Amino acid sequence: MDINELHAMAEQEQLRRKPHRIRYCTSAGCVSAGAIAVKDGLKAAVKDGKLDNEIEISSVGCMGLCARGPLVKVEPSEIFYENVTAEQAASVVSTCHGGATDAKVSDLEHPFWKLQQPIVLENRGRINPERIEEYVQVGGYQSLHKALTDMTPAEVVEEMKKSGLRGRGGGGYPTGLKWETVAKMPPGQKYVICNADEGDPGAFMDRSILESDPHRVLEGMAIAGYAVGATHGFVYTRAEYPLAIKHLQKAIKQAKKFEFLGSQIFGSGFDFKVDIRIGAGAFVCGEETALMHSIQGARGNPRPRPPYPAASGLWDCPTLINNVESFANVAPIVRNGGDWYASIGTEDSKGTKVFALTGKITNTGLIEVPMGTTLRQIVEEMGDGVPDGGVVKAVQTGGPSGGCVPADLLDTPVEYKSLLKLGAIMGSGGMIVMDEGTKMVEIARFYMEFCREETCGKCVPCRTGTVQLYELLDKISKGQGTAKDVEQLEKLSYMVKEMSLCGLGQTAPNPILSTLDYFKQEYLDLLQSPADLNGNKIEATANAPSA
Amino acid sequence: MSVQNQPTATVAPEKPQKSASDNKSKKSDNKSKKKESDRRYKALDMTMKRHHYEADALIEVLHKAQDTFGYLEEDVLRHVAKGLKLPLSRVYGVATFYHLFSLKPGGEHTCVVCLGTACHVKGASELLADLEAELGIKVGETTSDGKISLLGARCIGTCGLAPAIVIDEVVSGKQTSEETIKQIKDALAQ
Amino acid sequence: MSVVTLKIDGVDVAIAAGSSVMQAAQEASVEIPRLCYLEGLSTVGSCRLCVVEIAGINKLLPACTTEVREGMDVTTQSPKLQDYRRMVLELLFGEGNHVCAICVANGNCELQDMAIAVGMDHSRFPYRFPDRKADLSHTQFGIDHNRCILCTRCVRVCDEIEGAHVWDVSQRGEFCHITSGLDQPWGDVDACTACGKCVDACPTGAIFRKNDTTGEKVGDREKLEFLVKARENREWVR
Repeated sequence: MDINELHAMAEQEQLRRKPHRIRYCTSAGCVSAGAIAVKDGLKAAVKDGKLDNEIEISSVGCMGLCARGPLVKVEPSEIFYENVTAEQAASVVSTCHGGATDAKVSDLEHPFWKLQQPIVLENRGRINPERIEEYVQVGGYQSLHKALTDMTPAEVVEEMKKSGLRGRGGGGYPTGLKWETVAKMPPGQKYVICNADEGDPGAFMDRSILESDPHRVLEGMAIAGYAVGATHGFVYTRAEYPLAIKHLQKAIKQAKKFEFLGSQIFGSGFDFKVDIRIGAGAFVCGEETALMHSIQGARGNPRPRPPYPAASGLWDCPTLINNVESFANVAPIVRNGGDWYASIGTEDSKGTKVFALTGKITNTGLIEVPMGTTLRQIVEEMGDGVPDGGVVKAVQTGGPSGGCVPADLLDTPVEYKSLLKLGAIMGSGGMIVMDEGTKMVEIARFYMEFCREETCGKCVPCRTGTVQLYELLDKISKGQGTAKDVEQLEKLSYMVKEMSLCGLGQTAPNPILSTLDYFKQEYLDLLQSPADLNGNKIEATANAPSA
Repeated sequence: MSVQNQPTATVAPEKPQKSASDNKSKKSDNKSKKKESDRRYKALDMTMKRHHYEADALIEVLHKAQDTFGYLEEDVLRHVAKGLKLPLSRVYGVATFYHLFSLKPGGEHTCVVCLGTACHVKGASELLADLEAELGIKVGETTSDGKISLLGARCIGTCGLAPAIVIDEVVSGKQTSEETIKQIKDALAQ
Repeated sequence: MSVVTLKIDGVDVAIAAGSSVMQAAQEASVEIPRLCYLEGLSTVGSCRLCVVEIAGINKLLPACTTEVREGMDVTTQSPKLQDYRRMVLELLFGEGNHVCAICVANGNCELQDMAIAVGMDHSRFPYRFPDRKADLSHTQFGIDHNRCILCTRCVRVCDEIEGAHVWDVSQRGEFCHITSGLDQPWGDVDACTACGKCVDACPTGAIFRKNDTTGEKVGDREKLEFLVKARENREWVR
């Protein structure tokens, strides 16, 4: 494969296309809302109308507005239809030739679409994830070609540094610096790992990216391999994501066939192969050292760092490990330059971030916004707020490692620094909206139950601290707690946070600490003898608080 | 699960290899069953061979074993340990660490209730409680007739559909207890 | 061999590069609480008792797995560390069923020693009273999971020194336990050589010799260190 062949491949795909295309979303959300019946309806209408030569019915990955599936898009008019039913399919087909349909047209001027800036999701609704030709047609693998033929590995690292991209898995470590560290390790066996073990409940960004645009992740990994001097990559993903695994397997096969993976890619001296490793149901394997143990066939127990994977990772070799979204940002950064990426977002946080917007919100879905967008814009404008006129109480980011931002702080911009200051974190991109009916102690208890069940059990504070924290929360939420219990809860939270071995334990108390910060009164109201924030008992009872 | 408390005499004198062959001889009562078992072991051996019998491939091999046998019975774990040259306790430790590996046979059908945050705030816990009451089992258990297993999932990533369930690998969203119970009944009737 | 110098609780120490803070502390005669650490075995950093403060680093780091650096300024005792260590011990005591009065290791138990060292006389967290088993199937030894603190010293000594790998950890989180073979009775595991190293390595009374009764277990932990040195440095005389 050389650049002419690459262009020819794109051209051929363009020529193959029929004048009209109708795309239907095949992600889990739309499928369970009836997308398959819609597809059958579309295909039948094309067949019945003998329109096979003019209209192509083709699947695409997630289009984002999951709340209103099944979604259908007509090209080239670029009209989106929401909540399409099988009965409406024929009339949607008829619109290609000026017909009318009663299917609901999506308002593309709505802030849900308008405030988005798709970079990671730029191919959303544009390509069939199972066909490499469509990825190539939209410019795919050209960044890899550019890196391999026009740039030295050091120049690629330099662009990544300039871009200001920070780890999108939640840690927020500067990606370019990580690449540089691995690149500077002495030559020899090195590895690239894509962390696709997306375990935060309420997050589905990585699943969506892998399902909808798997080649983009492979391209990013190959560029990373070239930059740091690695020839072997692994994607570690969850067994719970069968469609993502299927699409990824297919993509690897196709990329090998067209020599975007393999030896001497684009005639350069660079070899790169990618293998998939499938997890087996352990949240802790999202922690990088645990993930590497799991790839090596062991229990997913984390180990103390340093040494960091960049120095000693998989099989003790220098290892670059980044999250799916981070890798998905690589191709556009190489294509447009680091400065371009750095021009988006804020001083502290560059570029865009993908969020999975869920919970008590009207427009559930997947969005990509520039850093610096405020939570209020996301929740109230894009998400249309709580359904049925409800009121937002808090927004939870970062899953079990994150915190709850109360409604009066919704003007906070989405940035690593600002969120951290509030006791929340950017996290991997789960954003769960909670309404007035949500009990915050219950939420803290929910997350602690999660951590208690997902702790690997290696270190004492996390293994047994999470159990004691859960029991305290359970006691309080059942109205059996005392002021002393709340005090213990807070003390133990800090201990588990500071003493635990890995990120899971170190962040497990965050949901407690942030709800204690903003919603302490809810804890106090639940006590046997409720107290105000100063610890004064509200009801004058004869019993002294039990010690 | 633990057999450590059993009196030594009942289990102790047998050598591991012997107990494995004992089990096989029990199975050979039914010849076609044995043949089926041989075919499955062959499939497992192929997987180990493809991974060059490397110890690092343990999780891949266990995935294959679970797919082939339905669950990880003791003989299978022994076979894997022998093939990959791993200590028995290491294999057991890994097999029990990951929740998708099961050391007990599951039901013919499965109903998974997503317990992720989005589903939780939309009432997944209540849904699960209703299903537990309906089926008379707790989450993680299988009905005594072996027909259906009720499982909880951390998050199946379809938060737009909350609360979501998966019956025999088919995802359904925005569930009420009544709908889910009906779907379970339909699945069982098939 | 290059040497680095550092300060531990104000004491200057010089030690070979690549050593751990724990080893440097021993050199400086500073006692750091520990449970999962045992000289001669690999380090895992799991009990978290040996965490120390290092000037310029805003995280607490375990002394056993942290490598010494030139000019390091280590603090091993502070009110915060004291408080956290006490909580770790409370969690451990609450997690299992530790009844010193009837334990073979009473008076010769590292868990007990640590509790005394950090001044823990009772747990502020509720005791969990888990339902745990004991396995007496081995002809010479027994394991009582009620007294196990999951330090994994037995797992490591069996794998790394004896080379038998009888033990491993199974399940996860609060359900973790030490397992012999395929969760078989210990006495049935072919790989066991009955060498008794796990008995010596065990910090509590969880693994014991069958003839020992209350307070009679006398672990010979230095023996393991001696054994490792004997093999590595050919120092056969104790």
